[in-house]
Amino acid sequence: MTIEQNLKGRKVILHDMCLRDGMHAKREQISVEQMVRVATALDAAGVPYIQVTHGGGLGGNSLQHGFALASNEEYIRAVVPKMTQAKVSVLLIPGLGTMKELQSAFDCGARSVHVATHCTEADTSPQHIAFARNLGMDTSGFLMMAHLNDPEGLAKQGKLMESYGAQTVYITDSAGYMLPEDVRARISALRDVLNPETEIGFHGHHNLGMGIANSIAAIEAGASRIDGSVAGLGAGAGNTPLEVFTAVCDRMGIETGVDLFKLMDVAEDIIVPMMDHLVRVDRESLTLGYAGVYSTFLLPAKRAAARLGLSARDILVELGRQKMIGGQEDMIDDTAMTMAKTQGHFDSQGALILPG
Amino acid sequence: MSKKIKCAIIGSGNIGTDLIYKLKRSELLDPVWMVGIDPASEGLERAYNLGLKVTHEGIDGLLPHVLADEIQIAFDATSAYVHAENSRKLNALGVLMIDLTPAAIGPLCVPPVNLESLASKGVMNVNMISCAGQATIPIIQSVSRVQPVDYAEIVASLSSRSVGAGTRANLDEFTFTTSDALVRVGGAKRGKALAVINPADPPVIMRNTISCLTEAKPDMPAIIESVHQMIEQVQKYVPGYRLVNGPVFDGNRVTVFMEVAGLGDYLPKYAGNLDIMTAAAARTAEMFAEQILSGQIKLNAEEVA
Repeated sequence: MTIEQNLKGRKVILHDMCLRDGMHAKREQISVEQMVRVATALDAAGVPYIQVTHGGGLGGNSLQHGFALASNEEYIRAVVPKMTQAKVSVLLIPGLGTMKELQSAFDCGARSVHVATHCTEADTSPQHIAFARNLGMDTSGFLMMAHLNDPEGLAKQGKLMESYGAQTVYITDSAGYMLPEDVRARISALRDVLNPETEIGFHGHHNLGMGIANSIAAIEAGASRIDGSVAGLGAGAGNTPLEVFTAVCDRMGIETGVDLFKLMDVAEDIIVPMMDHLVRVDRESLTLGYAGVYSTFLLPAKRAAARLGLSARDILVELGRQKMIGGQEDMIDDTAMTMAKTQGHFDSQGALILPG
Repeated sequence: MSKKIKCAIIGSGNIGTDLIYKLKRSELLDPVWMVGIDPASEGLERAYNLGLKVTHEGIDGLLPHVLADEIQIAFDATSAYVHAENSRKLNALGVLMIDLTPAAIGPLCVPPVNLESLASKGVMNVNMISCAGQATIPIIQSVSRVQPVDYAEIVASLSSRSVGAGTRANLDEFTFTTSDALVRVGGAKRGKALAVINPADPPVIMRNTISCLTEAKPDMPAIIESVHQMIEQVQKYVPGYRLVNGPVFDGNRVTVFMEVAGLGDYLPKYAGNLDIMTAAAARTAEMFAEQILSGQIKLNAEEVA
């Protein structure tokens, strides 16, 4: 049987990330008005879930991760009343966001949450997953940087999240490093251990151009939820471009319930004109995928490189070598400064006054 | 001074076990008891092999022995949820409580910042905040004593192996207690604490990035001097407390990048987060022990309501 025949008639739930992951690509500078405009258009195209927060999710506003133009509450409160069918979701990374912020997001109308941990640290999420379930939210456990754990390890971590109450467990390719076979093995391992009613999701990044192929591989192996973003607006080379993925699903007979042409129009008419830089596979985002580095590190590494006269690619490769993970954005400047010091840019005191 | 104050350690996880080694080296403190709840706990076995008396029956297994064994100081390395009860029971017997959980029912203590003022007040419960708090608040205070700090933010990166089950299951308490202490002890007007747990193997050393937004333009020479002075103070009890980069000045933002290497007592040197917590707790207890031994303070059994 061909893949097309295998997957014909399969139902997949799409989850758009351009108003959360896309915040990374916009340095958190998407306005409330823009969020409402994008979310309204996505809702009209039939996208069932739309994530809306700071790029780092709840609690993300910080020196570490940047300050958005508005609070998470302001964004959610503005978007939710405009939705005719879509549910608004949020991201919560324990250690950054807390249950207080989740309650607040719920009070503003968010009804779905990705509770995210690094792929080996699921046991930092029991409070938050249980709390989300108690609120009645659609609750996913989200295992980030999943290329850094093997299929058996991920199966154990996913099983933990399920035991805390997660209704969906995600394999999250934060570095855009995985190849279809990596995805298939990981999703299959999860499918083998999770309860039949627990769904599996896949969140890809397009750093090696594999977002679509990886998402299809995930569905083949049993995933029923796919994250992407219209026009790929997301960290690194962006997420799986949702309109492209939808077109591929249509061709394969996978049912998304989303209007392809409307989605194409959102991409072309709204999202692309919003971009500060063309989100695509370029030298630095390709480095992320090739070296297995957290996609969000892209812009801060470029900034540090420009300030200190270094190559962003060198910084990213070094961060990969040091096995830095999501949330360690402070280590980008630190690593860049240490690299610059070894190249003789600083005095022995280590005190530095940045220009501008 | 040959006499030592006898101590009990409650909790046989990473922190409690590391604490045994710190107390055994002290000239003022003598660890006598370790309390756990799991007979198979590795920490209890170590404690036993190091000559401590042990019980796996929790705090109630210790209480009958407190007076006979002259326990005067107890360290609680369990969890925020059971600390209040532990503290109430031991305070009732006149035992001073050093709290290493995020419960924070007593005053918060960071030794180089406020230990002296606390020790003279005769409090019966002192809270050590968190490893991240111990590693970052001295730096915040070294900036805020130069000029007002509107906002302080810290990022603590911890090796996965060094973060115990209690902290993992209750990460929000860690976040709340630490954030609150950046303000109350660090002297910033607002504060936010972020934690990242990194599983890399070989394990990564504890890193802390401290950022302060000063209200006015930062007085760079004064801040640089103050930061360096403070680092020396912390190094007296945590020799592996080291400046990696900074202070970096960017507008009103002052950023300091630290690493903390431990002594390698229980876990290897990467786990500086254990050491800075246990070393700060031991130093705090020593300050109280000195005052007990010299008769400056007297521990009284509290009336139980």
